[in-house]
Amino acid sequence: MKLMIDDLPVFFPYEYIYPEQYAYMLELKKALDAKGHCLLEMPSGTGKTTSLLSLIVAYMHAHPLDVTKLLYCSRTVPEIEKVIEELNRLFEYYAQCNEENKMTGLVLSSRKNLCIHPEVSKERDGKIVDGRCHSLTTSLIRDRHKAGENIPVCDFYEKFDAVGRDAPLAPGVYGLERLKQMGKQLGLCPYFMARQAIVHAKIVVYSYHYLLDPKIANVVSKELARSSVVVFDEAHNIDNVCVDSLSVRINRRIIEKAMGNIQTLEGTIKDMKEADSAKLREEYARLVEGLRDAHAQRETDVVLANPVLPDEILQEVIPGNIRTAEHFVGFLKRLIEYIKSRLRVQQVIQESPASFLKDISSKVCIERKPLRFCAERLASLLRTLEITNLTDFSALVVVTHLATLVSSYTKGFAIIIEPFSDKAPSVPNPVLYFCCLDSSLAIKPVFDRFQTVVITSGTLSPLDMYPKILNFQPVISHSFSMTLARPCLLPMIVAKGNDQVTISSKFETRDDISVIRNYGQLLVDIACVVPDGVVCFFTSYLYLESVVASWYDQGIIDSLQKKKLLFIETQDAAETSLALVNYIQACESGRGAVLLSVARGKVSEGVDFDHHLGRAVLMFGIPYVFTQSRILRARLEYLRDQFQIRENDFLTFDAMRHAAQCVGRAIRGKTDYGIMIFADKRFARADKRSKLPKWIQEYLTDNLTNLSTEEAVQLSKRFLRQMAQPFTREDMLGVALLSLDQLLEKEAARMEAEEEEEVPR
Amino acid sequence: MTTSSEDVLLQVSNVRHKKGDGTLYVMSERIGFMTNNSDTMSSCYAYTDVKMQKISSEQKQKVQLQLVFHSGESVIFQFVCPSRSDSVTNRDAVKGYLTKLLPKFQKKVNKELEEKNRMLSSNAALFQLYRDLVITKIVDAEEFWSQHAPAYINKNGASQQQIGVPGNFLVNVKPQTDGCNAIKYNLTADTIECIFRTYPAVRQKHLEYVPHKLSESEFWVKFFQSHYFHKDRMHTGTKDLFSECAKHDDQELKKELSTVEQCEVNLNAFDNTVENEGYGLDSTEASTGSNNIVSENLIKRFNHHSIMVLKATRNNTEQLETESGSARKKIRLLNEDESCELGDGETKKIEKTNINLSKVEQMINGVKNPKTKVRNLHAILHKANSMRDKVCYDILHYRKPPGTTYLTPSAAVSALGELTPGGLLMNGLLEDSQSLAQLVPSDIEKEFRSLYLTICELLRHFWACFPPTTPTLEEKLVRMYDALRKFHQTKLNTFENRIMVECSTLNQQLTAHLNLILNTAYEKYNNWQSKRKFPAGVPIN
Repeated sequence: MKLMIDDLPVFFPYEYIYPEQYAYMLELKKALDAKGHCLLEMPSGTGKTTSLLSLIVAYMHAHPLDVTKLLYCSRTVPEIEKVIEELNRLFEYYAQCNEENKMTGLVLSSRKNLCIHPEVSKERDGKIVDGRCHSLTTSLIRDRHKAGENIPVCDFYEKFDAVGRDAPLAPGVYGLERLKQMGKQLGLCPYFMARQAIVHAKIVVYSYHYLLDPKIANVVSKELARSSVVVFDEAHNIDNVCVDSLSVRINRRIIEKAMGNIQTLEGTIKDMKEADSAKLREEYARLVEGLRDAHAQRETDVVLANPVLPDEILQEVIPGNIRTAEHFVGFLKRLIEYIKSRLRVQQVIQESPASFLKDISSKVCIERKPLRFCAERLASLLRTLEITNLTDFSALVVVTHLATLVSSYTKGFAIIIEPFSDKAPSVPNPVLYFCCLDSSLAIKPVFDRFQTVVITSGTLSPLDMYPKILNFQPVISHSFSMTLARPCLLPMIVAKGNDQVTISSKFETRDDISVIRNYGQLLVDIACVVPDGVVCFFTSYLYLESVVASWYDQGIIDSLQKKKLLFIETQDAAETSLALVNYIQACESGRGAVLLSVARGKVSEGVDFDHHLGRAVLMFGIPYVFTQSRILRARLEYLRDQFQIRENDFLTFDAMRHAAQCVGRAIRGKTDYGIMIFADKRFARADKRSKLPKWIQEYLTDNLTNLSTEEAVQLSKRFLRQMAQPFTREDMLGVALLSLDQLLEKEAARMEAEEEEEVPR
Repeated sequence: MTTSSEDVLLQVSNVRHKKGDGTLYVMSERIGFMTNNSDTMSSCYAYTDVKMQKISSEQKQKVQLQLVFHSGESVIFQFVCPSRSDSVTNRDAVKGYLTKLLPKFQKKVNKELEEKNRMLSSNAALFQLYRDLVITKIVDAEEFWSQHAPAYINKNGASQQQIGVPGNFLVNVKPQTDGCNAIKYNLTADTIECIFRTYPAVRQKHLEYVPHKLSESEFWVKFFQSHYFHKDRMHTGTKDLFSECAKHDDQELKKELSTVEQCEVNLNAFDNTVENEGYGLDSTEASTGSNNIVSENLIKRFNHHSIMVLKATRNNTEQLETESGSARKKIRLLNEDESCELGDGETKKIEKTNINLSKVEQMINGVKNPKTKVRNLHAILHKANSMRDKVCYDILHYRKPPGTTYLTPSAAVSALGELTPGGLLMNGLLEDSQSLAQLVPSDIEKEFRSLYLTICELLRHFWACFPPTTPTLEEKLVRMYDALRKFHQTKLNTFENRIMVECSTLNQQLTAHLNLILNTAYEKYNNWQSKRKFPAGVPIN
């Protein structure tokens, strides 16, 4: 349908629209008009993606100068594929309406997902794919190949370099499959085709990291204009992504590998000196002139760029004491020895970057300035030495990144050295964490650089937390609820078992045998009532393991298996995938299955349990993060000092967003229905309940907040009987689903009401 | 009797049978007896009919051999050689041949019989029919099996359907102590079948070991003692019989894991970026090593068990799994799309498999304990009967030409209202029908129902012969008519008499309809007969 959002004509590729989609587009339009950032929460399954795409594309058509580009960031490959699917539909609709549409939509993913090289693409590990690609496409390899040496290069890249650069992509939507297919047909490398095309494409769909992680963003997203709109979808975890992208973790293995790297470097330098000392001298001369135009960088040469924004560094010249190759290698040696000595601690140490710098200066006479240039200098050296397989040097690269980061940022970071992990205190396993405490640091350049950043997800509540931790001022922040023709979700808080014992995953009671038994009884009872799939989430993997073991002893597993097949998430991703595939088959064959899973695990983040795959979700306990972790403690402290966020508030916020994320897996649309059971007494408290998304809170009425197992089962029975009745579009039409006429009618009624309100004033 | 051209395996003279002396011939398919002064077999018995042979004890004076038939009858051959020892050697020779020959035939016969027996015992309706028709000799057994039974067997299709594997079949084997340091396992054939189907490796082991190296029970004891059965135990040592099974399972699992790559939910493929070692705060490698290996193993076993159970069930309907992972994924994506669009939710392209139910009433009412189930079955049968009666009645009495309406819809509705229980017109009738139902004692009711069942079956075949266009059909029609007549006389009449005696109040009411449908059939038959006598082409004068 074609509808008007304010004064903007929007092509919406469906015949009907949800009322909240309309509202969502209105708010989004306001943010675009204001050229400001916005924060929007809307339940999953209500067509966020479509709304976003149709509005922004329409806006780009209407105001081609104000908004030039849409950067759509999502997290996982399936999500990205979904976005492309929606975009396809939208473009088809444009074509149907004979509307001119010259836009190009494009997806960019890692080499692992785009490579079509007959051998390289067979590799499964992304790192290996990257490494092999490098060893086939680096500029020097290609130079040597051209010079007649018999070394393999990638034909697809060669052809791309020869022909593909000048030919821009025709307007249309390019998903992963289409890119690959096109690459195969034309003999061009799809990865580099996509990388080049994002400069021109109007709509780019890619991963968070391409924008947030400076190491990658500097390579990929350098030349994007300010007038772009950035959308972060599924953004409820965005702060963690930010923090992760600036953090470094160094353990013994990395140090050992780095030492090995240094030895290789030394050898290579020695060889080169004997063979061709001119090259090294040439490099030195270049470095004297400065880094800025030190090397015309080729796109294929860089694996990970400098983790700090280049502008701050490249103004300056590389300091003299690390200019010669030997000096630099010696410098690195001292640095690594120093870190090694720091890892030899017996107790936990936490310090600020400043004190770390002071210590390093006093112990091994390394000053701050050369440290800052470490990453850049190493990259230059590796180029000069014509080292092709850069992945071998990843350990050394990590160390130099640490050096650059620690000397660039003095605030918002902490250095924590742990001699052993908390889980196994007897095994010495020293790790040096350089952890980012401030999630706003990584996202700040994004907010500064682009005019509109949209942060959206199904679960963003409480909305006031995100502006605080990401340190930005949204012009619009809104939470939409779900209009439903029938109450298709049943949230319940089960606070006690049938024997009236309070159930809670509180630390004091979590190993209590009666609590575990009551959890088991609840699951068995629910499994008896609920058809098809039942998904359970535990607070941690350790807890899952111990509960399963005691359920086995108590015979609860046996009675569970009487009803349904049992699948359990493991820490091995492949095993879990296998279990998931079988879980889905069990549900589809009508046999029914139970999946035990972990909040914060891969399943809770990436897999949808729509329709019969998840008719009931149980959340056993509140998924608090492991609070004894020192990294977390440091972050909490920082948040308290800098942003005035109380520790408990943040912890609860974090736990509740994960809980909401878990239970939200079951409802993926308005025709879907599911039971959500929060099995912990503490969920009923106001501070927890109020942090659930609005669309769940609406249905979590007071009479559902303190139930026993028996009562919950009774309610579920009734609910399921109601929901199993046939449900058609006609039932929803006019209430939760609007045709164009109905939409206009509603809009008119709303306007009238507003006018009436204004008159008496 | 027939003289046979078969090879005679043994010929024994001096045998007395049915008070005549003669020669006994042991042939390849039967045993025959010829009296001394005739040249034809006076009696002849096929081995297929023989159930067993018996011989007289050593102490007895007479040297005899008895053949017992499946029908329960038996014949005796007495060996009357001049000396007793000769008789005994003769008899033993015959016996030796028979012991060699009989099992061959018995197997064949037994199989058929067993099959039939099983069908009868598993199918109550069929059994009832068999009792009414075959045992009363209204229809002979062969005809029964060829004509009447297939309808019942095919309808149910129970024999082809495999039973699914329950998820908890191992739980049923709960070991129980009997109080004196012994443990008892409850192992049923079903459970064994489940174990075999779920764990093919165990079946393999069973085949390897059972008759030769271990006895059946020893094998299972070892199985239950093994770590393989106890999920929380570790693999220890290699002396355990089932450690190979565990290894085999692990290999299978690995094979499965490698196929995950193409599946629709591959968690590894979810990550869009390449994670580099050393960045980020989540230390993945630290968390794996230090866990409780036992519970990790336990979890692995649970997953494995569920996967195997699922596979065992899936083997029945293997053809579904041909689609490749990517295609499924596509479908999923498309579906998600549609569900966004809404309304098309019903047209999902997920393949449906139809449930093939052997006992529909169990599906509808749930499996209950056998007693209530029987009652349910009866109730349903009863309902079905009354429904059928009604329909028959309606059809018989329907004379009005279709297509014309006699009542306005509203009038019809109000009339229906009056006719439903509680309505005006139902006052007298309701009590009447109730009293009728109450008056009939349960055993009579039961018998009555079986009468219905049988008569309907016969009638079905009877009516199926019309129009009788071929000689075979005509022949069958005559036969069916005879059968109906016979049944009417032997069964229905005795039943009516019994009712007269036991509950005279009912009188003819109960069987009125039965008589009606029977008479309709007779009438039809007589019409046909008279027409056949005077074919249509020849005018009657």
